[in-house]
Amino acid sequence: MNLKISALEFVNEVKNGNISAEDFVSATIERIKNVDEKLHAFLEVNSKAVEQASKVDKKIKSGEKVGACFGMPISIKDNICIKHSKTTCASKMLENFVAPYDATVISKLKEQDAVFVGKTNLDEFAMGLTTEFSAYGPSRNPWNTDYVPGGSSGGSAVSVSAFECVASLGSDTGGSVRNPASFCSTVGYKPTYGLISRYGLISYANSIEQIGPLTRTVKDTAFLLNILSGLDPNDNTTIDNDKDDYLSGIDSGIEGKKIGIIKEMIEDGIDPTVLSATNDAISKLEGLGAQCEDVSIDMVKYSVASYYTISATEAGSNLARYDNLRYGYDFPVEGFEFNSYISKARTKFGPEVIRRMILGGFVPSSGHAGKYFLKALKVKSKLTKEVNEVFKKFDYLIAPTVPILPFKIGEKIDDPIALFQVDINTVMSNLTGIPSISVPFAVSNGLPVGMQFLAKHNEDKSLLQAAHSLESTVQLPEIPI
Amino acid sequence: MTKIGLEIHCQLTKLESKLFCSCKANYRDYQPNTNVCPICMGLPGTLPRLNQKAIKKATIIAMALNCSTPEKIAFFRKNYFYPDLPKNFQITQLNIYGDTSIGGPGMIMVGNKKIRITRIQLEEDPGRLIYEGASSKNQITLVDYNRAGTPLVEVVTEPDFENPKQVREFLNILSDLLENLDVSDPGLEGAMRADANVSIKGGNKVEIKNIGSFHDLEKAVHFEITRQESLHAREIPIIQETRHWDDKRKITISSRLKEEELDYRYFLEGDIPWIKIGKDIQEKLKSEMPESISSKKERFVTKYGIPDQVAVVLSSDKFYSDLFDQSHTEKNAKEIANIITTDLMGLVDTAEKRTQSKLQSSHLRDLADAIQSEKLTRTSAKNALYEIVKSGKELSHIIAELDLGNVSNEDELLKIVEQVISEEPQALAEAKSNPQTINFLVGKVMQKTKGKANPQLTLDLLKKRIS
Repeated sequence: MNLKISALEFVNEVKNGNISAEDFVSATIERIKNVDEKLHAFLEVNSKAVEQASKVDKKIKSGEKVGACFGMPISIKDNICIKHSKTTCASKMLENFVAPYDATVISKLKEQDAVFVGKTNLDEFAMGLTTEFSAYGPSRNPWNTDYVPGGSSGGSAVSVSAFECVASLGSDTGGSVRNPASFCSTVGYKPTYGLISRYGLISYANSIEQIGPLTRTVKDTAFLLNILSGLDPNDNTTIDNDKDDYLSGIDSGIEGKKIGIIKEMIEDGIDPTVLSATNDAISKLEGLGAQCEDVSIDMVKYSVASYYTISATEAGSNLARYDNLRYGYDFPVEGFEFNSYISKARTKFGPEVIRRMILGGFVPSSGHAGKYFLKALKVKSKLTKEVNEVFKKFDYLIAPTVPILPFKIGEKIDDPIALFQVDINTVMSNLTGIPSISVPFAVSNGLPVGMQFLAKHNEDKSLLQAAHSLESTVQLPEIPI
Repeated sequence: MTKIGLEIHCQLTKLESKLFCSCKANYRDYQPNTNVCPICMGLPGTLPRLNQKAIKKATIIAMALNCSTPEKIAFFRKNYFYPDLPKNFQITQLNIYGDTSIGGPGMIMVGNKKIRITRIQLEEDPGRLIYEGASSKNQITLVDYNRAGTPLVEVVTEPDFENPKQVREFLNILSDLLENLDVSDPGLEGAMRADANVSIKGGNKVEIKNIGSFHDLEKAVHFEITRQESLHAREIPIIQETRHWDDKRKITISSRLKEEELDYRYFLEGDIPWIKIGKDIQEKLKSEMPESISSKKERFVTKYGIPDQVAVVLSSDKFYSDLFDQSHTEKNAKEIANIITTDLMGLVDTAEKRTQSKLQSSHLRDLADAIQSEKLTRTSAKNALYEIVKSGKELSHIIAELDLGNVSNEDELLKIVEQVISEEPQALAEAKSNPQTINFLVGKVMQKTKGKANPQLTLDLLKKRIS
């Protein structure tokens, strides 16, 4: 069974009767058994996946109406709720939390006959960019298992690139889909804020994060977006996209389009390999008929600070509910003095979560809010203004998804500031709500480099067209696993 | 001068569902923790789903209190830990970043006194703590989340009250107003709660929290003024502090918790985008608002000639004014107003009696018609009303069953008149010189007929007989 096919190819193969969903899912589960001990993409594998796929086959045989996914094996980041299955956020705090409801994206995929092969690893509560902060141990980069796969949706990216599923859903708060997509050489997309419902995604920084697909091809992302996008009464922040078809016209090309190269994202600290890949990408885009030009967005230099201030503030609030009163784990309570109770209740949070919650208690507190939180909001609004201004001139912006190459596990874990800085190229689209996508572009000394496109608000369809154009110029080596 | 300001929390009990989910807004009939769902329990991954009707109802309240109503409103998170708060933050509103609450400054007249409203905000109610166990040593705390997420409107006033009496009058006006707007049932336990701040001349401001009913609010304010005045008289300084109302002992107690030191880390609730309530929507809401109490009163007086006092009573209680408006015609309006305010009010003076009452508006119409066509005397009508409230039977049945029909047959009545005259020779003699005595004889006839005698006919017959 050839597992190395795209989502659209899978649909065609099953539709045409060349393969059965059951056989494919069964081979996928076998693949997970073989490689995941080494890669640790999954926190839990769905023991009923094959059975569910065979039900889809029966539907096909009996001529019943079948959903657009035709039993496609999809993996789900373990901060998205699937009814009756554990959703741990890779935290000991939610080790035994079984969600009593489906996230909206899950309901939609179920309707379309997707099969969930398992829940994927992440940095605890999606806070991190390497999966090293998972309470259950890091995932490993399938291109070189000594290296981090990126994060926080590291498990999702690994599962797609190592053919442990056809596609995956991750979440992107400051780059958490795009960063691991870049490090593992998959497509990773962060939609316009509100395009995909967040209902059932366990909040980290709710005002800026989005669920996004990780796929083999840009077309696969468009295919999933057709299923996932649209208004949801359970999420007030969703936007109406009039059931747009993101696959139609995806081959339109980028001739005559204007692309801005964000200067601040290829300056200080950029790896020379990444810089030269970026220059290659620009040449290729020009070859396709686009006009590329440098552009400066001044506020980018404050964006990481702004991002960590805002996300920590929201995290401090969103994670406050984990107090072990309604669900959690048993622990001996000695008296009810509040401070001793809460410090005990929270011992199961890992170091990065604690760091951000402490930060989140401090930066918006009275007496400090003016210096930190309110200033961060000002940066956010100024940045948004600048970006809107830039998009008057350009159709797209481009920058490498991550300014450096994947690094070794353990290399940066003790240097939080250095880790934070890696987010410089991705946080801008979260702070401004615009869509962005990382496309596999190069592999340098066995380590992948992803290229990032950004478009203005609600121009997701056009963004996918541009990403597809670049993608079609790229030929990458086979993954060594 | 004594200054009193209020913060009043009113549950929108007339709404079908909670502020952010579809659980019931009126949680009172549920076993603990059964009126809950993943959203109001704050389970991981859930988001608030805004109840648009709550926005409308709260806007109407703001309009009724003459408050400004901004075209864009926002929600904020108030972050604090408390076991009854499922998310450990409350979704509420505030005005520190501009006027983003559902109602801005307004005012309401309490007699001749103008009470300024500072703002009106919409927020979610927390759950409830229940303490069990006799002493503090074996006390356990139980949490019931049935109430968590109930829509709550907070009305904040300026410190414009000067005495507890004004507070009481304001509360009466406010609860009548909320009832009339059909947004809340102020009579329900816990539907109205309040905080108050009180200061007397030369003293600091003292906050009283946790007052569970309007009844206790007046008491708490009264207690606090007395306490502060007695301190002042003994030249003991009144310190600025938060006190709690102890509803068992009916006193205020200094709070151990230093609430003013809490830092709520307010910030915008990103899960609920800014809500536009444009001028067009506001106009529509205004046009759909129920008639105000004062305009009802005005209508009753000018259109039907109902006496002022009766109109005040009738208009201020939605239960009665609705009955009146459903039953009256131009012809019988006064009679119906009379029946409601003199007879009905005594029969349905509690919420329980009201729900048990079988009275329909058609009953009132029939009663008034029967009185006006002299089929029933007022006394019989009162007896019939009692039966109607109890059984809901039609008036004609009740008249037949209880034999309440008027004695209007002249021959029959004459016999009774004769009987009375023969029994009361002295009164008859007196009546010739003193016309007042004739009423005594009418009363005797009424007694004999159990109030069924046609009063006019009785009088005519007696007059004829005497002269």
